Amino acid sequence: MTSMERILTTASHREPDRVPLLLLPTLHGARELGLTIEHYFSKAEHVVKGQLRMLERYGHDCVCGYFHVALEAEAWGGCTIFREDGPPNAGPPPLTAEAIASLQPPRIADQPGLRRVLEAQGALRRAVGDAVPVLGAVISPFSLPVLQLGFEGYLDLMFDRPELMQRLMEVNSAFCLEWANAQVAAGAHAISYVDPLASSLLVDPALYRRFGNPVAKKVIAAIAAPTAVHLASGPCLALLEDLIDTGTGMVGVGEEDLATVKEACRGRITVVGNLNGIRMRSWDEAATLAAVKGAIDAAASGGGFILSDQHGEIPWQVPETTLTVLADAVREYGRYPLTGGRG
Amino acid sequence: MVTSCYSGNAADYLDSSPVLLLESALVGMDRLAVQRIHADSGLSPLSFCEQVIAPTLSVIGEKWDRGELSLSHVYMSGRLCEEFMEEVLGGRSAAAQERRRVALAVLEDYHLLGKRLVGFVLKGAGIPYLDYGTVDVHELVRRVQRDGVRILLISALMLPSALKVREVRDALDQLGLECRIVVGGAPFRLDPALHREVGADLSCDTASQVLSALARLREGES
Repeated sequence: MTSMERILTTASHREPDRVPLLLLPTLHGARELGLTIEHYFSKAEHVVKGQLRMLERYGHDCVCGYFHVALEAEAWGGCTIFREDGPPNAGPPPLTAEAIASLQPPRIADQPGLRRVLEAQGALRRAVGDAVPVLGAVISPFSLPVLQLGFEGYLDLMFDRPELMQRLMEVNSAFCLEWANAQVAAGAHAISYVDPLASSLLVDPALYRRFGNPVAKKVIAAIAAPTAVHLASGPCLALLEDLIDTGTGMVGVGEEDLATVKEACRGRITVVGNLNGIRMRSWDEAATLAAVKGAIDAAASGGGFILSDQHGEIPWQVPETTLTVLADAVREYGRYPLTGGRG
Repeated sequence: MVTSCYSGNAADYLDSSPVLLLESALVGMDRLAVQRIHADSGLSPLSFCEQVIAPTLSVIGEKWDRGELSLSHVYMSGRLCEEFMEEVLGGRSAAAQERRRVALAVLEDYHLLGKRLVGFVLKGAGIPYLDYGTVDVHELVRRVQRDGVRILLISALMLPSALKVREVRDALDQLGLECRIVVGGAPFRLDPALHREVGADLSCDTASQVLSALARLREGES
């Protein structure tokens, strides 16, 4: 099977030849090319080269055409702070609540950073065709305000000024949809709808149902490609029915019991996760094998499962040797039919 | 990791307990009820802070830790308590047990919510602290030395920021400064061994656990 066939089969809740692996080392390409992270992300061709080298090295089942979160903050007037040992971070929030009434969504074509992402996705698609999924990503309209206003400013807005909150959801939805579909047009096969604030760990589910879920349903329905809702390490179980209700086909799983999540999702939505990237930094070979086996045992039976990390990004501090062991372990231990009636 | 110095279990309080009543008012965002519970308690504002607000924020923090409440509840509860204290105490501070100099900082990051939550708890307990905002390692160490800080609270959301705590620890040690470090934030929750790796003395899973951490350091138990 090709990677695409493997993923489409498991997403149909059937067992492919082996458990698919969505390995998301968005930063490690810089190390592959001997570049700083800032230089790496400055040109689309670097990211393309980095992703293709890693695809060859690990033999996983995707290429990641997404750069980093701060680019979306830049589109709204924010800035990016680069560091040598981790993901670029968004600087101070660029908006205030007072700006929302007259706020207009930025045009994708006017954003050099976002255009670089589209350029990379186009080149990746030309390189891998339809054999390997090219992944894109958007920050959800409900989670984007953390970058726009800061977390405190956003919570204040949600509680104190619901009319402005509603307006912000509309503006953000327009941007999010244009950004997602621009990625699809450029070459992305699927879009990760990154919505950490949907997690009940962060926001009262009543608020998510009032503001976040309606826009998720609207935007996801209009994205011209399959989507995965990803809560970026946040637990999903408490809101699972709401997430399924968005119409998405996959859900990223955070730090929670994978077997329980899989049972709740079985036959309804594909589970993506949930290796702990923070702990992965210090895994030796035995710990890596144990983590891979544990996840496969917990969730792989019957398909509907893709092995990945919890956050949607492998930390820079995770060594390449660990990723190699991880990828080899999936090929060795994730072959269907699973031995010993596992799962 | 530390646990709260107050019971995080609401069942430990009687139904009519001001702590339970206040918890319900805060989670329900009922400002008027906060005033009413204070009036009905018969406590002075300072005593109300110490005997009701601090344990209530602890109960709410522990419920968040157990997945029973969301961070938005924790934030709004802290904000309402802060507003109440501003109103009834003005510039005065509640009675503080803490005599050592405490500072609160975020390392090289603009994710400030965790710091704000810790600030709510410290204010609720009447503990004065220096708010350093977002600083880099060099500036943080310089201020700790300048201000004679004995307990440094560091909030981190991103893994690289969490790892920077090691540089702070090493720099403080090289200067021979006796300053204890207490950390909190997502990377430390996701990897309970991380705080030891970076040389922190204690790690808190919730903002409200900072009171217990201060108590433990005071007693020399850590």
